[in-house]
Amino acid sequence: MTTTELGYRDLPGLLSRMTGDEKHSAAATSTLDVLWVLYDSVLAVEPRTADHPDRDRFLLSKGHGPMAYYAVLAAKGFLDPAELPRWTAFDSPLGQHPDRTLVPGVEIGSGSLGHGLPLALGTAFGLRARGRRRPRVVVLVGDAELDEGSNHEAIAVAGRRGLGSLTAVVVDNASSSHGWPGGVEQRFVREGWRGHVVDGRDHDSLHRALTDTRTDQPLVVVARVEPKEPR
Amino acid sequence: MTRTMREVFTDTVSTALDTDPRLAVVLAEISADRLTAAAARHPDRVLNVGIREQLMVGVAGGLALTGLRPVLHSIAPFLVERPFEQLKLDLNHQGVGAVAVSTGAAYDYPAAGRTHMSPGDVALLDTLPGWRVHVPGHPRELAELLPGALHGDGLVYLRMTERENPHPMPPGLQLVRPGSRGVVLAVGPMLGPVLAAAEGLDVAVLYASTVRPFDAAGLRAAVPAGAADVVLVEPYLAGTSAHLVSEALRDVPHRLLSLGVRRDVELRAYGTAEEHEAAHGLDPAGIGASLRAFLGSGPVTAVNTSTGAGTSAPTGGA
Repeated sequence: MTTTELGYRDLPGLLSRMTGDEKHSAAATSTLDVLWVLYDSVLAVEPRTADHPDRDRFLLSKGHGPMAYYAVLAAKGFLDPAELPRWTAFDSPLGQHPDRTLVPGVEIGSGSLGHGLPLALGTAFGLRARGRRRPRVVVLVGDAELDEGSNHEAIAVAGRRGLGSLTAVVVDNASSSHGWPGGVEQRFVREGWRGHVVDGRDHDSLHRALTDTRTDQPLVVVARVEPKEPR
Repeated sequence: MTRTMREVFTDTVSTALDTDPRLAVVLAEISADRLTAAAARHPDRVLNVGIREQLMVGVAGGLALTGLRPVLHSIAPFLVERPFEQLKLDLNHQGVGAVAVSTGAAYDYPAAGRTHMSPGDVALLDTLPGWRVHVPGHPRELAELLPGALHGDGLVYLRMTERENPHPMPPGLQLVRPGSRGVVLAVGPMLGPVLAAAEGLDVAVLYASTVRPFDAAGLRAAVPAGAADVVLVEPYLAGTSAHLVSEALRDVPHRLLSLGVRRDVELRAYGTAEEHEAAHGLDPAGIGASLRAFLGSGPVTAVNTSTGAGTSAPTGGA
C-alpha cells in the first residue's frame, strides 16, 4: 500500500496505469472531479473506517467507466495502485463494473443502470432505523442513467419521506437521447428535493453544493460537464 | 377458524418486529392494510414504498447493507417476475440476505387472469444461487418455517398459497405412505391431490415443503436401488425440480414423470383454482390418470388430453 497519500495531480498517472495512455487527461473522464471532491473533502470515510457503521456511504450507481473511481480509491489508500495495471484480468478485483465484494471501500456492485438510487434509499432508511443519524449516503448517477424508470420510483419516495441524509449527484454530460427539458434537477426538485446545478469541473462550487444539506430534505447536485462526444 | 397463510405471515411478522430490532418490512402496497398497527409501532422498519416493486427490492437491498434483515412481500408476479433483475443484482450480487414472501402462487387468483399468475416463480429463482425455497402446503407449516427465515440469514423465498392440504406435515422430506411400484414426490399443496390420486395404487408418496436446497440424499434413500419410477408433482411449472431429481438419481437407472403447471400454452381462462388445477392435470383425476399411464397399471391415458385442442399427439407413424 501507499505510505503517502496521493493528490489530484496524481490522478492522470493512476488512470494511465489502466488505460496505457501516456497522458490521460482528467477532462476525458466525466466523473473524475466529482469523485475527487467527494473523497477529498466531503465524505467522512477513509480506509481505516471503510467498515465502520457510522461511515459516510458513497454508491457509484453509474458503474461503467469506473477508472476514475478506482484512481481516486487508489489515491486515497483504499486500493493498492499496483492493482491498477491488471484491471479486468480474470483474477483482478477490478472489473469494468465494480463489485463490492471484491474491492475494499466499494459500497455496491453496479453496472446495470438504475440500481444505485433505490439501494441508496434503502441504505438511508436502514441507517435511520438503526438510529445512526450521522452518516450521509451519496449516490452518483448519470443523466442518461435517469432514463431508467427505477430512478423515478426512488426520487418520488425520497422526496416525500424527507430523507435528508441522502444526496444524489447527477453527472450531466447531456448523454440522454431524449433529454430532460427544463433541466434534470427539476425532476428531483418537483418531488421535494433541494437542488443545485454546478460546473462539474469546479472543485469549490462542487464542494459548496455537496455540503449544503438539510436534515429533512434530500439533496441533488447536478454536475454539468462537457457533452459526451457523439458515438 | 384456522388462519390463512397470509394471516399467519402478517401476524408473525408483526410480532417479530416487536422483538427483533434487526427485522424490517418493505411493501409495495400489497398487504400494507394488514400491517398498519405494526407500521404505527415501527415507522422506520415498516416501509410501504407505494406501487413501486423495483424500489421495494432495491430498498430491501439497501436495508440489508446496513445490517437489517429485510422482508419483502407482494403477489408473486410483482415480487419475482417484474423486479427480477433487482432480486439478482440488489440482493444476490450485493451479497446480502433477505426474506421474500409471495402470495397468490400460480393460480390462486384465477379470475384475475394471467397478469396475476406466476407459475414460473420458483423456476426463475432457480437461475440464481443461494436461495432457500419453501413451498408450504398448510398454514401451520408456514408458521413453523417463518421464525427460521425471519431470524436467520441468507436469501429465503416463501411461497404462500390458498391451496391447502387437509393436514400439516413436519418440515423436511417426509415419507407419507409406503409403496413398491414407484415413488411420487408431492411438493407443498400438491400433497392433497396426490394422496387422493394415489388411492388404490401401490406407490410410495413423499412430501417436501422445502425444495431448495433440494433433499437429494433423502430422495435417493427413498427410491429402490435397482431401478426407479419417480413422479414429481409440483404446484408451479412442470419439471421445475426435474434437474435436481436427475442429479439425485444419477447412479440409479430411473424414469421420471414431471407434473406441474403446463408450459406449452398460456392458459387463457378465468374461473376457479379447481378448474385451473384440472386444466393443468393437477387435480386428483388428472394426477391419477398420469400415474396409471406412467406406471403401466389400469387404462393407459394420455396426460392433459382433457383440455382440448393442440395437446393431442399425432397418430400413426413412429
